Amino acid sequence: MSVEVQNLTKTFGAQKAVDAISFSAKHGEILGFLGPNGAGKSTTMKIATCYLPPTNGQVKVAGLDVVDEPLEVRKRVGYLPEHNPLYLEMFVHEYLGFIGSLHGLTGLGLKSRAAEMIALCGLTAEQNKKIGQLSKGYRQRVGLAQAMIHDPEVLILDEPTSGLDPNQITEIRNVIKQISTEKTVIFSTHIMQEVQALCDRVVIINKGSIVADSKVADLKSTSDHDVIKLEFKAAINTEPLMALEAIQNLEELAEGLYKIKVQKDADLRSEIFGLASQHNWPLVGLNQEEGSLEEIFRQLTQKEEVEV
Amino acid sequence: MIQLFIKEVNGFLDSLIAYIVITVFLTGIGLLMWVFPDTNVFDYGYADMSTLFTLGPYVFMFLIPAITMRMLAEEQKSGTMELLLTRPLTDLQIILGKYFAGFFLVFFSVLPTVIYYYSVAQLGNPVGNIDTAGVIGSYIGLLLLGGVFTSIGILASSLSENQIVSFILAVFLCFIFFDGFESLSGLFDSGALDVAQLGIIYHYNAMSRGLIDSRDVVYFLGVIAIMIMLTNLKMSSRKW
Repeated sequence: MSVEVQNLTKTFGAQKAVDAISFSAKHGEILGFLGPNGAGKSTTMKIATCYLPPTNGQVKVAGLDVVDEPLEVRKRVGYLPEHNPLYLEMFVHEYLGFIGSLHGLTGLGLKSRAAEMIALCGLTAEQNKKIGQLSKGYRQRVGLAQAMIHDPEVLILDEPTSGLDPNQITEIRNVIKQISTEKTVIFSTHIMQEVQALCDRVVIINKGSIVADSKVADLKSTSDHDVIKLEFKAAINTEPLMALEAIQNLEELAEGLYKIKVQKDADLRSEIFGLASQHNWPLVGLNQEEGSLEEIFRQLTQKEEVEV
Repeated sequence: MIQLFIKEVNGFLDSLIAYIVITVFLTGIGLLMWVFPDTNVFDYGYADMSTLFTLGPYVFMFLIPAITMRMLAEEQKSGTMELLLTRPLTDLQIILGKYFAGFFLVFFSVLPTVIYYYSVAQLGNPVGNIDTAGVIGSYIGLLLLGGVFTSIGILASSLSENQIVSFILAVFLCFIFFDGFESLSGLFDSGALDVAQLGIIYHYNAMSRGLIDSRDVVYFLGVIAIMIMLTNLKMSSRKW
């Protein structure tokens, strides 16, 4: 196991930021770390990178304990903190050189490594600019390049795509995907599509506790309902639809556009089609999807609140 | 540590801080020593450099906090401290890298005043009639004092994210250490010597007589070590 978190608890004063969580990530795996804001994602990452010590429990990175051997752990971890702090007055290549030198890279090795990172992260055109002159997307790439410059075993990225435009998000994702084959990547996000596009596994955390830890595909099947989206040319009388037994709930999203929650694994498509021709509904779209991750995320992170 | 030192020194050179500090120090001291009527060497008529060594500390009292105020405060504020602390560096290495960078700048602002020594020595009658031992002792004292002020500045910089707060705090602490204890000792009649010994002036004056007493050196190095340790303590308080 490249990253192993066991019973990790972190308290700030009276507030429990992380409450006895355990999970692990294997070599070559991309682990998505999900949760609403303030769930404890960043705190966990800060502990795994030896910035904060755990109050209780154990975190092992690359087989080394973060409390006992912080310097060794730091050598093996690449970390992109939340908000991506950078020295704005430095040039891109100068900054990468500085971070590389902190990791003990020198001379030609450092230069070639920095050049490699600049190419990998698509910074070639910007490398002679000061970081302060770069747009947010490019700064994020600098942050990513900085995290990978020493070729770490484990990459910990705290919201690597926050605040980027869709094109930039795709590019950053591609970079992460590209490098993930020989590394362990843990990244936090609250964007669901990202998890779907990138991760092998996902850990969802809410209010300091883990509420889900499974493969992305498995997670989808944990939902207790499927969703069907129906599109008609005009609004219809929905009563005959509601009469179908498997339908739990119907929501009108826009005129003629409906979202139906149906019982899990009940395939209603032919019934609906039959109803449509029977009532002469101008059906133009019919789409059954498994419970979307967003739906599941909402279920998992709001369930607790109801109980409380 | 050495990488951080290089980065800081480069930062001084890039941001003009180095040039401004050195220029202001040399201009100020130069004016006091050679131009201003109350303090210049010519009117004074004796071939000595006491102007540099008595007024130098007061110039440092403002210049050094200005150099050090941003060192840790800015890293804290911009979040880059988290970046540094998650690299294979100990807290102490970060502090010392910054400390030596600050001291390096102080050293380089003092270095050109060696020309003053040559000039004053040439003006002596007969030529070269100057208390060389006293000057050497004073230089060592001035550098050690610069070292203490730098360590105080670093400590102040770690205490606040706000550079202005750091600056004011550092100036105040430098003043207390330099002059404050000495003045305070005047309040008491007996046993007052002990209080004065806490201050820099007591040891600084001893050194400018050309007598390098190990007790004085230990005092300076001790204060530096305590300030660095306090800074280290403050940094590690994030873990509490």
